[in-house]
Formats: sequence, structure tokens, C-alpha cells
Amino acid sequence: MTADQSPAAPAAGPILRLDDLGVVFTTQSGEVPAVSGVSLSVDPGETLALVGESGSGKSTVALAAMGLLAGNARATGSATVAGTEVIGAGETALAGLRGRTVSMVFQEPATALDPLTRVGKQIAEVLRNHRDISAKDAAAQAVELLRRVGIPEPDKRASAYPFQLSGGQRQRVVIAMAIANEPALLIADEPTTALDVTVQAEILDLLRRLAAETGTGVLLVTHNMGVVADFADRVAVMYHGEIVETGPVEDVLLRPSHEYTRRLLAAVPRLSVAGEDVPETAPAAASSAPAQAEPVVELDDVSVVFGRGRGAVRALDGVSLTVRHGETLGLVGESGSGKSTASRVALGLIRPTQGTVSLFGTDLARTRSRARRALRSGIGVVLQDPVASLDARMTVGECVAEPLRVHRRALSARDRQKRVAAVLDRVRLPRDVARRAPRELSGGQRQRVSLARALVLEPRLLVADEPTSALDVSVQEAVLDVISELQAELGFACLFVSHDLAVVQHFAQRVVVMRAGRVEEQGDTGTTLLRPETDYTRRLLAAVPVPDPVVQRSRRAERLTTLAAGRTEATA
Amino acid sequence: MSTVIQPGRTPGTTTPAKSAAASGTRLAVRRFLRHRLAVVGLGVVVFFVLFCFAGPLVYSTDQTHTLLHQVNLAPSGTHWLGTDAVGHDELGRLMYGGKVSLIVGLAAGVLATVIGTLWGAAAGYAGGWIDAVMMRVVDAGIAIPALFILLVVSAITTPDLGGLVLILGFVSWLVPSRLVRAETLTLKNRDYILTLRAIGGTHARAITRHILPNSVSTIAVAATFQIADAILLVAYVSYLGLGVQPPATDWGGMLSVGLTAAYSGYWWLILPPGLAIILVVWAFNAIGDGLRDAFDVRGRG
Repeated sequence: MTADQSPAAPAAGPILRLDDLGVVFTTQSGEVPAVSGVSLSVDPGETLALVGESGSGKSTVALAAMGLLAGNARATGSATVAGTEVIGAGETALAGLRGRTVSMVFQEPATALDPLTRVGKQIAEVLRNHRDISAKDAAAQAVELLRRVGIPEPDKRASAYPFQLSGGQRQRVVIAMAIANEPALLIADEPTTALDVTVQAEILDLLRRLAAETGTGVLLVTHNMGVVADFADRVAVMYHGEIVETGPVEDVLLRPSHEYTRRLLAAVPRLSVAGEDVPETAPAAASSAPAQAEPVVELDDVSVVFGRGRGAVRALDGVSLTVRHGETLGLVGESGSGKSTASRVALGLIRPTQGTVSLFGTDLARTRSRARRALRSGIGVVLQDPVASLDARMTVGECVAEPLRVHRRALSARDRQKRVAAVLDRVRLPRDVARRAPRELSGGQRQRVSLARALVLEPRLLVADEPTSALDVSVQEAVLDVISELQAELGFACLFVSHDLAVVQHFAQRVVVMRAGRVEEQGDTGTTLLRPETDYTRRLLAAVPVPDPVVQRSRRAERLTTLAAGRTEATA
Repeated sequence: MSTVIQPGRTPGTTTPAKSAAASGTRLAVRRFLRHRLAVVGLGVVVFFVLFCFAGPLVYSTDQTHTLLHQVNLAPSGTHWLGTDAVGHDELGRLMYGGKVSLIVGLAAGVLATVIGTLWGAAAGYAGGWIDAVMMRVVDAGIAIPALFILLVVSAITTPDLGGLVLILGFVSWLVPSRLVRAETLTLKNRDYILTLRAIGGTHARAITRHILPNSVSTIAVAATFQIADAILLVAYVSYLGLGVQPPATDWGGMLSVGLTAAYSGYWWLILPPGLAIILVVWAFNAIGDGLRDAFDVRGRG
């Protein structure tokens, strides 16, 4: 990197300073203040985590610092990057700043890259935007950058298209682009939220190493307290557009002073780890489920193949699992492990290529369509996306009443309304939401509407596919509480699919760990997640960051030594 | 994706509940009204409907008898738009022909949209080889120009009004079917449809209760364009002398008759029907644009 072109960072003082920053959005329904009175600073080489739940304005702050706010936003106050005022600056001044003094890593690596341009070329373009170097030199530097972000065989990978890389590798490329011009400030907006935990740990390691090597200041925007504990030096907690608490990571996470931070931290499900002083059996209800109760749904040696011929994908391979009456079975695994496919096979939405599925003791493949439909009245379903789960053109009441219309056609309108009102009471929603449209509800309320719809027929099996992963932690806790309370009351079995090991540990009595379409291991949650038998589960657990900076530091060191040991073993 | 934070365990309802459903519709109406051209288009369509159906009550003329003593008269106080080659009052004829154009256009456009919607929804929902076969049929249909089919049929038989509607409907359902199929493909994997299927809901319910209501914006927009197209198609065939037969007429037929007298300078036989066709077709297209904007807010949620 040529010396005369290095960013003009002042020798001392913070690289980013926000002073009484306010942002107001002008929308159809008037002025909406998103951020007000935010003051913070990031020193060179320091990582400041900006945490908060959705709608707290943390991303808006990050965008304002880049001068990237949308056209309907108006910013007040001051935001200086390396001594340059960003607010009110002209587009040319900002363009000189972006990508060079300050650069950004976004959440979704799939959309941050141009799908039709080779990754090496995309990195070279960033280099040439700010420096007068030949195409050949830029290409060579791009390869060097790929090597720095830990992409194997960087000279070959430089000519790959984004779709040929995995999600983690794509995020590495995005980071390579962000650090191409050795910026003094890196803004990372949820850089690992779209990634699996093991990949997340690697990306965090990479960011930490880069920040330490180059003395780059990092503004990390995240909602994940574990990531904060793992990575940040200081923390600023945002709530309703304002910063409620700032301080060193140990203070904020271990001794929070503000009421909101305390509540937020209390809602974060913590992964209990072996060696910690934890109660032996995490889920309290474990004893109440008799081990040999009748199976509600049973997958026996199920394989699923999508497509045929050479393009065929084996999504499930000899999977057997059982959910028994009254128990909750957690199905965990990384993306692509087949956990959602397994839940859909259990629901009868995907026909197994091989093996049998029996629901309530009846083999699904042997039932005729009418009988199968009747059988399915005993199932309730809650899926991940709170927006797509409810038909936007129906009222909440109609959504909840739909199973009644399908299976209890004789019911009069009055009775139907009564049942809907009763089930809304159960999920602790006010009755008058029945007349409202789903879009008027918050994400947590919508998931409770989904739950109400799932429970209106009093099912014997509830299939919940990542029911809370789109929700904030405080809302997640409320939804999970409702599910477990109703389970105790109604006694349904629950197949709970999740990628979040901490949630599963708290919520499920038994757990099945899946990997690449196979069952890696299964057993009681208490034993399997505390003392896993397989390497994979151990790795998975080690990668989960816990929201305690002290514990997390030792966990990280432990994980890195294990990985290093594994690597030397492999090379030996 | 705005998940409002809920400090308490049970979030209360803040907005009044009743205005909920109404506000969505009102917002859509407001969106439509903000689209100036669409409002003008709606005005034009309303004007022509009144003109053609209520007009003859106010301004009654004889459109059946040949009156040779008042042939090709220029516009005057008694005949506002003059008369044609057989002595019919041109303004009255514009109303008389417009009725046919509008009825055939509307009916054929709606018929085409209905056929297209059913075909497209069925193909998209079924998927697999059924979808492939059904869409290849559509591809084949699109490859043959609609006008060509229309001319062949008109050459074999002389269709009456109902026949014309049927023929037009059956040659122009292809484009809406493609649109609705595309919409169905994205809708059928929505979580609420998966949920319905998982608890044992029927395919028919998924299509009629979820997919079609959610594609209503696409369908309505397609319908307006189909109506415009159909009006234009009727004009084409009639212009070629293959549409409705005299003494009945429509705007295309009037244009055809008028053009034979173009060199005699009888502009009043050409301009009014020509302008009427252009205006109505444009108006329906503008309404389609406005509807698309209006529905946009409803769909997102």
C-alpha cells in the first residue's frame, strides 16, 4: 500500500465522534423521530458495540455516520469522521470519505456483492476507486486481501463468482472490500446475523485480528449480546432512539446500571456450559414427561431426495426421530442441516423418498387424502416469519378461525367467534385484535396470533419451526413463555426447530442435533448439550458466544486451542 | 420489518380497533386519487359510459333508416357532428357505436381475465409437469397473433355480439394467465399457505381464499389492460369489415366507413370515432396504472 495515499487520520482523538445526533424521517403519517441526542465516540483500535432491539435506531446511527441516510431522513447535530463533518457534507466529499477513511460491512453477504462480477474484480474496483493504480496491481492486491481475510487459494478464488462461495466466504470477501483501503473506521452492521454460529465465530475472529493489526476503530451494530461480549471493548445501549447506557463491556454486561439494559440481559437465553455452576437439568419440565409415553409423531429411517439424476440433493439421510406425548423435542443444526426438511416431513408436506412417517400412530403413506386431512386436524404449526405467516388480506380473527373453517364446518359463526376469543385470551392477546389487520401488530404479537391459530383446534402436536428467531430477545422470551405454559395446560407434544442452542436448552427436554441431513446425536437436553458425545456438537456449542465477557474470553481461547489442535492433528 | 419493542409482558393495543380494515381501503383510495392521470382516466371512462348509455335519452336520433336527403352534411346546429354517407346523425351514431365497443370491450376483457386467472392460478399452484404443459399451451397461443385467429374465424362465420365477446375473450387470456401464474408461484410458498396445508386444508381453499385474494391487484390491473386491448381489437376487426354487421356498428366500423370518404374532406366522420377509441383505450390504461399504485400499499402490509 502506497504511503502517500494512506487515509488522513488525525494523530490523536477519536476517529468517529457523534455529538447530539438526531435523525427524523418524514413519512406519509408525519415526522417520525428515529434517533435523538446520540453522542458517542470511537477511538482508533477500539471496538464500540451499539446494541439495541429492532426499531431502537442503531442502524440509523450507523448509516448517519456514513452519510448514507435515505432521502426522507433529516439529520441534526454533528457526526465527524476523522475530523470531517459528515452531516450536511456534499456528495463528492462523502464519496472521498467512504470506502477509504470509513467503510461498511452489511448484514447480508448475499446481497452486498454483485452476483455477476468476479469477487477479485469487485475488490479491485474498490481499490481503484480511491487510488490511481494499474488494473494489474489492483488485481494482485485483491488476491493479497483475500489471503488476509483467510480465503484458501486466494489466487484461484479471486476469479470466482459470489454464488460459488459459501455464506461465510462471501462475508469474508465483503470484509476484504471494506478493509481494501485500510480505513480508519469500520462500521459493521450485524455482520454475523445471517451466518451460522461456527461461521460467526470465525468472522468475529477475523474482524478482531484485522482491527488489532491495523489499529482500525470498529463500530459494531448488533442485537446479539454474545457477539458483544466476544468482540467489543465498550458498549452503548440504545432504546427508543436514545443511548441509555455506555461503558466498558464488563461493566455494562455484568453490572448494568440502567433498568432497560438489565431487562434486556435478563431476557437473553444463556447457554449453560459444562464446568459452569449450572443446575444439572436445565428444563424444569423434564421429569414431568414420562420417558415411554406414546409417540405422537415418528420418523423411521426417512430419506428425502430433491431433484433427480446428477443434480439430486439428499436433504435427509436415514433420519429417525420420535416426539412423544407431552414432551418438547428440540431439533437443532446449522443452516442446510435438514432440520426444517425434517419438520416438514413430520407435517406431511414433503413426502419421504424412503422410510415411513407415522402421525398419531397412523402411517401417513397409507392413509387416503380425506383421512389424512382429518388426521392433520391434530397438528398446529407456527413458522418463522411473522410477516409471511399471516395472510395480509384477512383480519386476525379470520386467520385464527381458519382451522375451524377447515375442520369444524358445522360450527356457527357465534361459536366460532367464541372459540377465537378464548384462544386469543390463552395467548394473552386482547380480544379486540381479532378485528384488526395483521400488519398493525408487532412481530411478537403476530407470532402469538400464529400460535393462537395453531392452538384453536387443541392439537396433540405443535410444530414450531424457528418461531422466535425473527423476534427480539425480550419478545422471544414472552412468546416462549406462552408456549410452555400452554403446553403444561393442554399437554400437546412439541417439535421445536431452532438454530439457537441456548433457546433449545431452556425450552426442550430432548434434543436432536442434525448435520448434513443426518442425525448427529440425540438425547436428553441436559446431558447432550452439557456433555456432548460427538465432536461436531462440541464444536457447535463452543462457537456459541455467551453474553459474559469474562467467560466468553476463556471460551474463545479454549475453542481456538481445540481448533489448532485439530488442525495439527489433521496435517500430521 | 418493524418489530416494536414491548416493554411489558402483554403489549396493549394502542390504536383504535375499528378503523383498521377501513383505513387500508381508504389509503388505497387516496393512493389512487393521488395518481392524477388515473383520476382523469376514470373521468373519461365515466363520461363515455354516460355518453353512450344515457346520451341517446337526451339526444335521440334515428340510426336505422337511410335518409338520402341529408347525406354527408357538415356539422351544424341540427347535426352537431354532421351526418354520414347514409344520413345518420354522426353524434348519435357515436353513442350507438360506442355502446357496442364498450360492451364488447368490457365483456371480452373480463372474460379474458377470468380465463387467464383460472388457468394461471391452476398451473402455478399445481407446478411440475402440469404447469409445464399448461404454460407451453400459453406459449403456443402467444406465438399465433390474436388478430390472425380473429380474422380466420370472422372469415368462416359472421359472429354476432356474443360470439365476438367469446372469440375476443378466448384469444386474449394468455397474458393475464402468465401474470397470475407468476404471482401464484410466489404466493404458494408463503408460510400461511404451508400452515394451511399442514393442518389439512384443501388445495381449493388455498387457491380461493388465499392466492386469488392476494393476487387481486395483479388481476385488476391486468383486467383494465385487457379491456383496453379488447376495445382496440373490436375496432381492428370492425375496421376490416369483419366485426358487427350494418346497420349495427361500433367505433372501428365508423372509422372504416369514414376513411372511404377521407379524400372528400369529411373530417367529422373520422375524427370523432378515432378520438373516442384513443381516449377510452388510454383511459383504461391510466386506470390500470393508478390501480397498481393503489394496491401496492395493501399488499405489503
